[in-house]
Amino acid sequence: MAEVRRSAVATERISGLTGFERERRSEFSRAWRRFKRYRPGLAGLAFIGVLVVFALVPSLFAPYDPIAQDTAMRGAPPSWAHPFGFDHVGRDILSRIIWGSRIAMLVGLGATAIAVTIGVTIGATAGFFGGWVDSILSRFVDTLLAFPTLVLLIVLAAIIGPSLLTVIVVIGTTTWASYARVVRADVLSLREREFVLAARASGASQARVIFRHILPNAMGPVIVLATLGIGGIIILESALSFLGLGVQPPTPSWGAMISDGRAFIRHYPQIAIAPGVMITLTVLAFNLFGDGLRDALDPRQRE
Amino acid sequence: MFQYIVRRLLQGLVVIFLVTLATFGLMHLAPGSPVDIMIGEAEVSQEVIDAITKKWGLDRPWYEQYLVWLGNMLRGDFGQSMVRTGVPVSQMLLEAAPVTLKLNLYSFAIAVLIAIPAGVLAAVRRYSLFDYSSMVGATLGVALPNFWIGLMLIIIFAQKLRWLPSGGSGSWQHYILPVAVLATEQMAVLARLTRGATVEVLHQDFVTTARAKGLADVTVIFRHVVRNALLPVITIIGYRLAFILSGTIVVETVFAWPGLGRLFILSIDRLDYQVVQAIVFLLTILVVIGNLLTDLVYAYIDPRIRIQ
Repeated sequence: MAEVRRSAVATERISGLTGFERERRSEFSRAWRRFKRYRPGLAGLAFIGVLVVFALVPSLFAPYDPIAQDTAMRGAPPSWAHPFGFDHVGRDILSRIIWGSRIAMLVGLGATAIAVTIGVTIGATAGFFGGWVDSILSRFVDTLLAFPTLVLLIVLAAIIGPSLLTVIVVIGTTTWASYARVVRADVLSLREREFVLAARASGASQARVIFRHILPNAMGPVIVLATLGIGGIIILESALSFLGLGVQPPTPSWGAMISDGRAFIRHYPQIAIAPGVMITLTVLAFNLFGDGLRDALDPRQRE
Repeated sequence: MFQYIVRRLLQGLVVIFLVTLATFGLMHLAPGSPVDIMIGEAEVSQEVIDAITKKWGLDRPWYEQYLVWLGNMLRGDFGQSMVRTGVPVSQMLLEAAPVTLKLNLYSFAIAVLIAIPAGVLAAVRRYSLFDYSSMVGATLGVALPNFWIGLMLIIIFAQKLRWLPSGGSGSWQHYILPVAVLATEQMAVLARLTRGATVEVLHQDFVTTARAKGLADVTVIFRHVVRNALLPVITIIGYRLAFILSGTIVVETVFAWPGLGRLFILSIDRLDYQVVQAIVFLLTILVVIGNLLTDLVYAYIDPRIRIQ
């Protein structure tokens, strides 16, 4: 993308000199214009915006303490003051939902950051150097892609010991393979392009060629894939927490809240409803936002 | 074709080697000695510990241990459960496997029967009401956590309406809820895939040619479009086989279904490592065989793959 932008700026400079002034548009504003056309994507972005605000300052929005227990109110149904009611130990469910968005965002963004870092590094190495390096790394990527992530996560979380940090690291280190595959394919074709040859000819070091010229051009699909992946990661986190192998009580995680709901499903069936709706909406929001981003950033993949 | 098969077989063996090495390595990376991990929380005598050490060659260097381990596993000797003392792991697996397979078979059949025609129809009648509603449904289906749908179905059909049992297995009524949950998840994925693949094929030249020579719409769709569109769908089903099976882990836990998924989680909870490693090992073999078969079937159906 960087190359495209540079040449666009150059053209504008020239056209400015000759008098053909055209409205200046950055790469970002052009992508934004394309993104805006997809309404569900906008809705997704808006919902994610709300979640981010909740995650940053939950105390501003949560009406009560998310871990304070009011034993007299155990399993109390919804009321005006407590719209989602109380859970099995008498905690306000609405407040726990709002604080839970912090856990969801931490895991979603943290694990994705780890996965993107590993995936881009491995993919770029395989694509740039080729040969036996590529063969070995690609086999590794294929294996990881074929292996069901949830099984791997459960085993790793059980061995390392479940905690928030474990969840983030373990999900991050098991979900990078799709990034590696995409980046490898892109780097493979990018390294043969003229601008890479030009950079090499003007004496750029190997690191400079990779980081300044090749990788920026491969980032579009990665951003799209990362956005679409966050939803899946949030489901993985909630499944792990549901199984008791994720975020530990009393930390409010949506998956763990559904697990509480399961344990008390006979007596307080309402406990499990709200966190499930929240997970669904969040995953939906990231998937729709990702669809919109794909149309805006990566027109090749449009159906 | 022969060369292709040999190459893929070798690659499959490399993958099995890598994953078995990783499974074996996990036991050694975890804190505590391998014997401690194998015993878990069970109380055992020194004799049992000695027997385990001897059986798995734990007093020898790690590469010999790996070979002993691999040899035992390949012979189907997965050791003994430490929780259900003395019961061979292979027997536990044989008890649990049929119920899991049945559950998956039913839900998968239902998913295919509904999702593939729906996906094709959505693509053919693109931007119609049917297309929009089925794709909204599929998008929602992908976002719904399966364990949560399971709980909601239990609340509605088992607790409020009292029509169906909330868990366990035995009668046909026990199948309905877990099959519905698993089918929902697979339907959502399959319908989106089928629609995407069909839309792509609809734009190909041979479809235009078929139309131009005056074939009826139905003939074009069934003879030319669907046959080609299903190729990528079949491939992805093959590659996702292990993912489909791993979906049962959570669903079996929700419905107290006595299958492999629940056995896996129970063994994790009770630290019954022998059972866990056996399940992971078998899953790996299944993944590799599934991928290999898919590749070979694909190469057989589509000659373009072989030439590459």
